Amino acid sequence: MSHDEDSVGYMTSVSRPVKGCAGNTGEWRIFRPVKDDEKCNNCLLCWVFCPEASITKDTLEIDYQYCKGCGICEVECPTGAIVMVKEEKR
Amino acid sequence: MVSFKDLPEEELFLAGSTACQGCPSSLALRIAFKALGSNTILIVVASCTSVLQGSYPLSAIDLPLMNVAFATGGASASGVVAGIKALAKRGELEEEPTVLVWAGDGGTYDIGIQSLSGAAERGTDFIYVCYNNEMYSNTGTQRSGATPLGAWTTTTPGGKAQHRKDIAQIMIAHRIPYVATVSLAYPLDFYQKMQKAKSIKGTKYIEMLAPCPPGWKFPSSQMIEVSRMAVQSGMWLLYEHEDGETRFTGATKRMIEGKVKKKPVKDYLEIQGRFRQILASPEGQEAEDMLESEVSESIRRLQGWVPEYI
Repeated sequence: MSHDEDSVGYMTSVSRPVKGCAGNTGEWRIFRPVKDDEKCNNCLLCWVFCPEASITKDTLEIDYQYCKGCGICEVECPTGAIVMVKEEKR
Repeated sequence: MVSFKDLPEEELFLAGSTACQGCPSSLALRIAFKALGSNTILIVVASCTSVLQGSYPLSAIDLPLMNVAFATGGASASGVVAGIKALAKRGELEEEPTVLVWAGDGGTYDIGIQSLSGAAERGTDFIYVCYNNEMYSNTGTQRSGATPLGAWTTTTPGGKAQHRKDIAQIMIAHRIPYVATVSLAYPLDFYQKMQKAKSIKGTKYIEMLAPCPPGWKFPSSQMIEVSRMAVQSGMWLLYEHEDGETRFTGATKRMIEGKVKKKPVKDYLEIQGRFRQILASPEGQEAEDMLESEVSESIRRLQGWVPEYI
């Protein structure tokens, strides 16, 4: 944390918003969601229900850096396009 | 009619927070921010959300945010709203921001009720969202005023002996302009109710059932499914109260009208671990019946039924 003039001048403890404030939360994952593009019908349910905001709306790509592997997308996918696969040893 | 395509792509809740896997609060914050937009001031009452919004010097929420003590949700909002009014009077604001208070059931049902009641009585212009996970999840799952009958918590090891209280009805009794209940299984209903709350002036109270995977003891992947089952079994009723009238909405409306059959409460109890003790005990059937009658009593009350007192 740099102490620039502004932060010293105000002497406040203001946090700044950043992706991954808990680190690369993808490391928490035990099961990894894998999406089959052929089965996907772009219904956007996985995007809406992702608690971690780890799926992009336009391409429905999964951000494995932050996806915690909760598995909600697999359960809610109506076409079975997302399957949870066990993570291999890192 | 709003569809998923109409929801904004912008994420104000940033990925990589400290929330548990499948956390209902983080999902609810995402949807709420999509409805309210970036001109919002968030006040977080002590709860899990105080943790998952990030620790200094980093934050997972891309909005002005204030962490406040347990009992001060309504009081802090009153202060912020007064500040906004003063700035607006001096002409320093182009557009007045929406003030959103985000509190758990502990900070609403038990500890925060007096400041919330005061702010509602003064008609403070803000939205109060209670994400109700029916226990003090942040401190290790103790019982709260929202814990339903029969549920296990660390302080009710054999199942809670009392019924939960109905705080949405207490808020309706404040004669505030808008009260609504929402469920995460119906995100468009949630989104529209948040937008409606934003458009109304005065105190708005929205309550959401937040099934907590570690607290309620079910797999994180089942979070939406448990939310849906709560609504389908009647243990969580979706309605909104406006202009002195209560209307059932969405899935609950279909259930009340008889278009969809109500599922037994037992189906909801069995998919969670917190009711395992009571269901296995000799009092299991009695607790189930009491919850079933709690559901029908709540429905009758919302329909305008006046109990006959002797």
